[in-house]
Amino acid sequence: MPEIEPDETVDARGAACPGPLMDLIGKIRSADTGDVIRLLSDNDQSRTDVPEWAEEAGNELLAVEERDDHTAFYVQKA
Amino acid sequence: MTDHVVIVGGGTGGTVLANDLADRLDKELDAGDVRVTLVNDDPEHVYKPVWLYVPFGQREPADGRRPLADLVPDVVDLRIDRVSAIDTDGKRLAFDDTGGEIAYDYLVLATGSTLEPDRIPGLADGAHDYYSESGATDLRDDLLAFTEGDLVLSVVGTAHMCPAAPLEFVFMADDWFRERGLREDVDITYTYPIQRVHGNPHISQWARPRMDERDIQVETFFNAESVDPEAETITSMEGTELDYDLLVAIPPHAGIDLIEEAGLGDDGWVDVDKHTLEAEAASDVYALGDTAETGVPKAGSVAHYQAGVVGRRLASEIRGRPATATYDGKTLCFLETGMDEASFVAFDYENPPSPAPPSEKLHWSKLAYNESYWLTARGLL
Repeated sequence: MPEIEPDETVDARGAACPGPLMDLIGKIRSADTGDVIRLLSDNDQSRTDVPEWAEEAGNELLAVEERDDHTAFYVQKA
Repeated sequence: MTDHVVIVGGGTGGTVLANDLADRLDKELDAGDVRVTLVNDDPEHVYKPVWLYVPFGQREPADGRRPLADLVPDVVDLRIDRVSAIDTDGKRLAFDDTGGEIAYDYLVLATGSTLEPDRIPGLADGAHDYYSESGATDLRDDLLAFTEGDLVLSVVGTAHMCPAAPLEFVFMADDWFRERGLREDVDITYTYPIQRVHGNPHISQWARPRMDERDIQVETFFNAESVDPEAETITSMEGTELDYDLLVAIPPHAGIDLIEEAGLGDDGWVDVDKHTLEAEAASDVYALGDTAETGVPKAGSVAHYQAGVVGRRLASEIRGRPATATYDGKTLCFLETGMDEASFVAFDYENPPSPAPPSEKLHWSKLAYNESYWLTARGLL
């Protein structure tokens, strides 16, 4: 997988649900079209919340990286 | 040497803590070994849960106000002033109005939430709220005269104060219009930013079927992007547009700027250890209530319980003993499910909520607690 360089990173590790998704939405609000936001979350619910919201909002989930103790989601603002 | 504890914020958390310390450290205060200062920018304490009832004509904003001086004992130094800077290295606070400074040995930040409707274009002009005194009275003027049309409640910002209150509002409005024979002429729509009707999945699972039964329309994954007050529409980031005749919104929240300026956390929320409530970025600094980024609701019960934990930890530290008290996430909420019935939830970090069956008894328990809150503020309940 080619390495993706995010424009901004939201570190929501430690946040309870739905904090990580809301943190991502907040960052997407202020981002420019085409920007890539990386969300770091260790909440299991994010694995379903983030893809569902990205699809609903028309943003593209470019990649999901499973790391040792958290997951990184790369979302590009449409 | 005198240890100086400074509490910034005279809401529920700060006021309960001031009373807790006055009681717990009474000997040290009498001996002059400890000073406790409570700083607030308003001489009055405000009990915000009253505002839910104001739009329905059931309470007045004045019911939620009492002079802080009546709620804290004389042994606590009450300073009505506005902090303009926090220096955690020098352990000092600066003030706006007087231009003075004070030094602290222990600092507790209980500065609470502020509303930021201007983050969403059109929201301030187009939407009402009941998360402020002026918002609640303005909404009352329109809601009491509202007899037909589209009533939309939109949760715009999360995390927000009292996570139950948006559900309570639509349940109460549904019941209120039914009792008055107007429900068939009023459509009620509830919007929420994620794919559920509440951030907590257990409360969401409990609430959703009740909303469906009562014909409360639901729009999930609705993150308001803009409001057009002329056209009376609200549009989401996800591309949904809703017409409204009366829009009630839960505006975006933030803490005070000073916290970010002091390097204690983002958006005015202090990064803390969620068990000890100690700030991660500075020594001898605690945060509690809405201000502490713990992941639990921004609710009065949380501030109340956290104040007890911080009070015990401070007393231990001042006495030179290891501080062992910790916060377990305890949260209690009454949840109105109509004008005459309510549910109740209790949960913590480990145990999820399981809402109680709605009953008239719980409704009266909520109203009774709202009256006896003043005992809580004084540290007696």
